[in-house]
Amino acid sequence: MAGPFTRLISGRNTAVLLASLGAGTMATGFLMTENNSLVAEAKKMLYPPSSDFPDLRKHNNCMAAALTPAVYAKLRDKLTPNNWTLDQCIQTGVDNPGHPFIKTVGCVAGDEESYEVFAELFDPIIKDRHNGYDPRTMTHPTDLDASKVFTPSHDLSLPGSSVHLSAAPTCVEPYFSFFPVSVFLLQITNGVFDEKYVLSSRVRTGRSIRGLSLPPACSRAERREVERVVVMALAGLKGDLAGRYYGLGDMTDKEQQQLIDDHFLFDKPVSPLLTCAFMARDWPDARGIWHNNEKTFLIWVNEEDHTRVISMEKGGNMKRVFERFCRGLKQVEQLIQERGWEFMWNERLGYILTCPSNLGTGLRAGVHVRLPNLSKDSRFSKILDNLRLQKRGTGGVDTAATGDTFDISNNDRLGKSEVELVQLLVDGVNYLIECEKKLEKGHDIKVPAPITQFRK
Amino acid sequence: MPFGNTHNNFKLNYKVEDEFPDLSKHNNHMAKVLTKEIYGKLRDKQTPSGYTLDDVIQTGVDNPGHPFIMTVGCVAGDEESYEIFKDLLDPIISDRHSGYKPTDKHKTDLNFENLKGGDDLDPNYVLSSRVRTGRSIKGFTLPPHNSRGERRGIEKLSVEALTSLDGEFKGKYYPLKSMTDAEQDQLINDHFLFDKPVSPLLTCAGMARDWPDARGIWHNDNKSFLVWVNEEDHLRVISMQQGGNMREVFRRFCVGLNKIEEIFKKHNHGFMWNEHLGYILTCPSNLGTGLRGGVHVKLPKLSTHAKFEEILTRLRLQKRGTGGVDTASVGGVFDISNADRLGSSEVAQVQLVVDGVKLMVEMEKKLEKGEAIDSMIPAQK
Repeated sequence: MAGPFTRLISGRNTAVLLASLGAGTMATGFLMTENNSLVAEAKKMLYPPSSDFPDLRKHNNCMAAALTPAVYAKLRDKLTPNNWTLDQCIQTGVDNPGHPFIKTVGCVAGDEESYEVFAELFDPIIKDRHNGYDPRTMTHPTDLDASKVFTPSHDLSLPGSSVHLSAAPTCVEPYFSFFPVSVFLLQITNGVFDEKYVLSSRVRTGRSIRGLSLPPACSRAERREVERVVVMALAGLKGDLAGRYYGLGDMTDKEQQQLIDDHFLFDKPVSPLLTCAFMARDWPDARGIWHNNEKTFLIWVNEEDHTRVISMEKGGNMKRVFERFCRGLKQVEQLIQERGWEFMWNERLGYILTCPSNLGTGLRAGVHVRLPNLSKDSRFSKILDNLRLQKRGTGGVDTAATGDTFDISNNDRLGKSEVELVQLLVDGVNYLIECEKKLEKGHDIKVPAPITQFRK
Repeated sequence: MPFGNTHNNFKLNYKVEDEFPDLSKHNNHMAKVLTKEIYGKLRDKQTPSGYTLDDVIQTGVDNPGHPFIMTVGCVAGDEESYEIFKDLLDPIISDRHSGYKPTDKHKTDLNFENLKGGDDLDPNYVLSSRVRTGRSIKGFTLPPHNSRGERRGIEKLSVEALTSLDGEFKGKYYPLKSMTDAEQDQLINDHFLFDKPVSPLLTCAGMARDWPDARGIWHNDNKSFLVWVNEEDHLRVISMQQGGNMREVFRRFCVGLNKIEEIFKKHNHGFMWNEHLGYILTCPSNLGTGLRGGVHVKLPKLSTHAKFEEILTRLRLQKRGTGGVDTASVGGVFDISNADRLGSSEVAQVQLVVDGVKLMVEMEKKLEKGEAIDSMIPAQK
């Protein structure tokens, strides 16, 4: 939908303004024959892309590495169908130069089309962030082939070898034919951890509702629409998934305290990475938390994405956590489809989310695990790297570990399916626990070989 | 934001009720004035540079305010904002500026010779004197809205103008992004350095974008005349010195401002001004003179007197802590300045400060001697 401006501007005002901008009579005369935003056009002439190019010399983020003056010049004046611009995508990266040690992404999408209209910027960023995944040539695996089986390994201490996918006897129904995670019919093996070490297990992802702008761009009406669509769908969940929605703006103090105690409550973003990307606008309007009565399935509405879906429980039964995750997601998708909505997804990028770092599966599967001995071993980081895992403090991203307990989760999001990533996490955590046990007994451990990035 | 019309036409697909912000918990001027009717009337409009109603009010939606402090809750993106969105902004201006009507005319008087007295405030009490104002440069959009290209244009023009000054105004420009550590320390010690805004009132209005690009500080060699470039307004102009000679501070202020304005006019980029709103600035609270003239004054006894607030109100003055807006006073020292901006001239406002502070220092001296001050309490100015 082109033609951003539909209003005629009074001739005299425009002439005065153009004159004050320094546009000569000829330019003014020329521009005033056009039937759209004349001043915006005049401004573009007065301010070529080079005058607007951000100063990124002190910056260390993926956007700063990928944005060249040529790319900027090409994309600056483009608009998505929702009138979102490149400058809006990159504002957060311009405002947050980053850290020498931590490379942030530095840009966000305002809508699904951002990834297409600004592909010349987003594609290299995606490649950079997702281990060389090239959206121009590769497809994100959907793994619809239920009969695929990986050779099981008996040596549980070797990572990447124990992907036991027992083939489900049922065929994949056409209803789910575009549902990339029907592979959830398959089982994850070795997914129950030793609870002496693993304190809790959790899987999260995000989902965006197709047709509505993303959190950086959405208007209040769109955001409220997201809330309406999602809450209506969630009300249809039954059994162990039945639950309740708590709108951030109208929860009681008591409800708020309970949600804090359950570690469910999310707060207004303070990180400038998010606020500079316009995601905290109109807070707390249309934001809320839904969770099932058993407090094992939780959905955040309108925080950093339209929805964040979380399955969690105490202890080490990652298998059950993942089964519930898949089941819940599938049911929610069904419920919104009944009303004519769907999730943003395509085979180039998988699930479309606000931050390019969450494309693909958007999946972070993790555990809180005690590793008192291993964490002190100098090889700890290398082991994690090779297992494609990352560690965080138990407060989540950008927090420090308390004591010996770490949040260990998968690094990757795009280029591997949900099942593969969870299996990777399971194998990796099992390996870490084996290492911990060995160190406890005074035995030595091995750094595993690095896992390959993408299937050929 | 300088980003086209920010999604505005797309929003028109939704009903007013769906887009109208929830202001039920809000206490700011915008929330008091904005109704669904006004929102419905203005939401499809935009200024020639693409600034929309939602842009104007975003900061007020994001910052519900405080029960005791009434913030404005909206900003202008360009000169035309005050025209296109007058149905919203006129009532806000009236609320904020003591009933100023859309038909009222504002008087500008930067002739320092019209000030009476002001050179004899007791330096035992008045520690420092300062006058500041803001100026916006015609032809550029304002800090909430301008692009990097525009902001750099403003900086370039400003630096050209300022570095051409001489005599008592000869000075130097320090761009924020390239100052050395030594320069930075010096500017901090001189109390000249401004920092990236952290107040959500400013950040939610988009004023901290691209920091520190095209921001900087210029000051004269004497360190008595200072200009901030591209902070909350295009220019903030400050004249200051230790002691109580407000007259001299105001003289330098007027002379410097007039010199700067001449140079900008020569480049066909005069200051934004009209006879109804005076000088056009980003925040409606600074319209008119944009002038805050004040002193740091020791009033330990008077400040604890029961009638302190009333005295200030009657004198048309306001108090702040010595850290500036939203800070507390330290050691009985207060920042006392004029409360008004619109509807009276620069000379008149500084006169109020001069006369009012003189009176309050007399009161303080009386209280020191244990005498009452009731007979000295002035009528409402």
